[in-house]
Amino acid sequence: MAAEKAHSDGTHAAETTGGMAQLDLSTWTSQIFWLVITFGALYFIVSRFILPKIDQGLTNRGDRIADDLNDAARMNSEAQQAELDYEQAVSDARAKGHNISETTRKSVEAELEAEAAESEAEFARKQAEADARIAAVKASALAKVDDVAAETVQAILEKFTTSKVTKAAIKSAVSSAKS
Amino acid sequence: MANDPMKQFEIKKILELPQIAGQDISFTNSSLWMVIGVVAVIVFFALTTKGKLIPGRMQSLGEMSYEFIANMVKDTTGPEAMKFFPFVFCLFFFILFANIIGMNPYAFTTTSHLAVTVAMALFTIGIVIVAGIWKNGFKWFKIFVPSDLPLPMYLLIVPIEIISFLSRPVTLAVRLFANMTAGHVMLKLFAIFIAFLVGKGGLMAGAAIVPIIGTLGLVALEFLVAGLQAFVFAILTCVYLNDVYHVDH
Repeated sequence: MAAEKAHSDGTHAAETTGGMAQLDLSTWTSQIFWLVITFGALYFIVSRFILPKIDQGLTNRGDRIADDLNDAARMNSEAQQAELDYEQAVSDARAKGHNISETTRKSVEAELEAEAAESEAEFARKQAEADARIAAVKASALAKVDDVAAETVQAILEKFTTSKVTKAAIKSAVSSAKS
Repeated sequence: MANDPMKQFEIKKILELPQIAGQDISFTNSSLWMVIGVVAVIVFFALTTKGKLIPGRMQSLGEMSYEFIANMVKDTTGPEAMKFFPFVFCLFFFILFANIIGMNPYAFTTTSHLAVTVAMALFTIGIVIVAGIWKNGFKWFKIFVPSDLPLPMYLLIVPIEIISFLSRPVTLAVRLFANMTAGHVMLKLFAIFIAFLVGKGGLMAGAAIVPIIGTLGLVALEFLVAGLQAFVFAILTCVYLNDVYHVDH
């Protein structure tokens, strides 16, 4: 075997024969030996240090994103709740305001009505009073008219006649003349 | 010698080491570039795994690599195969970095050697066999015997299944080795041709533009092949690992 011979010579067949270096079996053990060492070292470092670190980073980020999404969902529901509360408060205030204006209006109306009624009653009372006074004045005035007429008649009769006419007679005469 | 396209694959001893059990384990240029490749992978991930909450560009690159391989294992084999995730991860990046580093002039492509690809392929298939028997016992051999077939068909199917299983390490090893070797030989031939044409001078030197353009295209293609072969090796490993978990077809 050329390879065997080359190996024992300490040189490689490819160098001496110009054949394919890949088929020179004398170099295989060295290549495989160093492949095992380098690949083993790579495997050790990758599986012990590199992959756990990347995995941890990805897991942390995934957790963080999930947390953030949860927070966002929670805040969203809180905001919605706040909006509902706000709308509730606004509609409450509106109802309350409506109520207040309604009651105020009613009370003002009642007050006005009461005042109007009171002043009407006052007016009626004053009118009645005035009517009574007018009637009284009128009656007294009418009563005095008879007296005045009788006195006047008496005075006229005394001046122009000598006849003594009694006051009672004159009075009856006046009242009969009047009617 | 410079005009020999196979010269680039030569293995030269850098440091003679004492033989172990009569085997030569000297530190060679191949060993050197394996070490460089592994160090490059480690440095790459040391730079890209800063563990920050908000990843920068480099960290995104590392995390994308992680998720790329993790999804490959999950989608191809299943979540239960994540035990093998570090192995597939190492395989992919060892091959990818070896291939890409090998694209540099004067660099040695460790994956262009049958010894390396055969060792990796046999190890992969070895893992499938050992893990399969470990997990399923001797029921694992049912992977060669599909269920629900008419009896005479077994005479045909079982040998086919066995041959297809045995051909896996061969194809795995030869695919990577042949792709890398052929690519580098092609590049070298084009480069030699350029040098030859330029050496002739005159009109011939002007004609060198054709192989120069060809080389440029070939370099791009070789970078594609470098990534693709690493991917193919990794994903086929996942496909084969399928047999560990899914014994019944």
